[in-house]
Amino acid sequence: MNPTAPGADLPEHPDFLWDNPEPKRSYDVVVVGGGGHGLATAYYLAKVHGITNVAVLEKGWLAGGNMARNTTIIRSNYLWDESSGIYEHSLKLWEGLEEDLGYPILFSQRGVLNLAHSLQDVRDSVRRVEANKLNGIDAEWVDAAGVREICPIVNTLPDVRYPVLGATYQPRAGIAKHDYVAWGFARAAAALGVDLIQDCEVTGIESTAGRVTAVNTTRGRIGAGKVALCAAGHSSVVAKMAGFDLPLVSHPLQALVSELLEPVHPTVVMSNAVHVYVSQAHKGELVMGAGIDSYAGYGQRGAFHIIEDQMAAALELFPVFARAHLLRTWAGIVDVTPDASPIVGLTPVENLYVNCGWGTGGFKATPGVGDCFAHTVAKGKPHPYAEPFTLDRFTTGALVDEHGAAAVAH
Amino acid sequence: MQLIPCPWCGPREETEFHYGGQAHVAYPQDPAALSDEDWAKFVFFRANPSGPLPERWTHSAGCRRWFNAVRDTRTHDLLAVYRLDEPRPVIP
Ligand SMILES: Cc1cc2nc3c(=O)[nH]c(=O)nc-3n(C[C@H](O)[C@H](O)[C@H](O)COP(=O)(O)OP(=O)(O)OC[C@H]3O[C@@H](n4cnc5c(N)ncnc54)[C@H](O)[C@@H]3O)c2cc1C
Ligand SMILES: [Zn+2]
Repeated sequence: MNPTAPGADLPEHPDFLWDNPEPKRSYDVVVVGGGGHGLATAYYLAKVHGITNVAVLEKGWLAGGNMARNTTIIRSNYLWDESSGIYEHSLKLWEGLEEDLGYPILFSQRGVLNLAHSLQDVRDSVRRVEANKLNGIDAEWVDAAGVREICPIVNTLPDVRYPVLGATYQPRAGIAKHDYVAWGFARAAAALGVDLIQDCEVTGIESTAGRVTAVNTTRGRIGAGKVALCAAGHSSVVAKMAGFDLPLVSHPLQALVSELLEPVHPTVVMSNAVHVYVSQAHKGELVMGAGIDSYAGYGQRGAFHIIEDQMAAALELFPVFARAHLLRTWAGIVDVTPDASPIVGLTPVENLYVNCGWGTGGFKATPGVGDCFAHTVAKGKPHPYAEPFTLDRFTTGALVDEHGAAAVAH
Repeated sequence: MQLIPCPWCGPREETEFHYGGQAHVAYPQDPAALSDEDWAKFVFFRANPSGPLPERWTHSAGCRRWFNAVRDTRTHDLLAVYRLDEPRPVIP
């Protein structure tokens, strides 16, 4: 690797990316939540379905929620066919997204290693690799020597508490620059006529005869033909406004970065067992995430002992990090479902659609779910890739249990 | 990290405790009478308010007893701590 100045490969920002219009009295579709999912949904509504009388309402600033707080890992190596469908669809869209949006997103397909630390981990990992292959997803099982070859700084000595026995490897996985992804979608959606409205909190949802008619906001009442909820951590709160419950618990999820370092870490490494995942950002920081904080929370902060555990795990796996300084820590709020899979689709209220429950892993889904959710909203029925992720699977029992492949404790 | 006041041991560090989710979720009185929707509610749906939430904690590294607390999920402040046989206190 050639040492380059930190940030050398980051592009210049244009000074102006989207308008800040006043909200109109009504829209064909109102999207609640201006994170990556809301922006992508609006973009595909306009681009694929020609529905451009659309507003994205964001209570804070655009993409300031989980979109700005995640560790940007993108992969599609989930276990079940249902998940493979939607995550691999997304990964394929990622591969052409920069061109599609006409905006740099710094998608770097540097691969991901999901480490195995016990015989059971090994068996589960190999099973997942085989399942991935059957679904046409690139996946390999590599042993400890293979891990060392791909990422030489991983400690593969056998004398640690949780020795690295091997890993699943997905070469097409990687990271992208989350802010740029949001800005790219925002810019492209705005260019197609979508109104992006910040500082606009949805405080109520009106319906007549079981059909949604408007949203109330801190900037007045806005009529809506259809409403699409993309409120990530706050999905339960927003759904309650429309009179129904979701099987979700919102938790703080923390991450942190080190100071800038020269390139030392060529891939993405995740460990489900010791709860840390690490990559090196384009600028040079080590970016690390942990498991969720155990209790429910909306405070966008978590407990310090989670960070301590995460650092202990990171140091055992990467002794070379011992002298790196921690620069900052933060938390997002993630909405977690009982089966660690998302909820995408129709709701008990007509013309009101929900996209939520992506928990700790929805960034990778951004273009895929934007496309599938836009289809669902435009047609009034689920996109085939979204079909398994209905709300009523909790009644029918057709769960898509992805705890094993979600890769973060939750 | 915050101090949690165990009703028996007094304030101790959060790391001594284990979270048990929403409190006052009673097992159905007449399970055979439940519809699939009712079972789904019982098994999968929990209160998830942005605000006060009654929940269960156990002092796992201390007296190992369970107790209930009302905690504000926005601030993490413990508004009340009470024993399992006590009713949920009214929070003003
Ligand atoms: C620390 C951390 C690490 C993560 N790491 C990864 C990772 O490596 N890979 C991965 O795939 N995923 C990861 N995730 C998960 C991922 O970030 C989320 O699943 C995904 O961002 C959720 O979709 P979103 O982008 O639309 O959410 P958000 O960006 O949270 O968008 C929701 C928006 O809705 C707004 N909103 C809420 N209520 C209202 C209201 N009433 N009115 C108006 N607006 C409202 C919020 O302000 C917010 O901007 C991580 C998350 C966190 C917190
Ligand atoms: Zn005690």
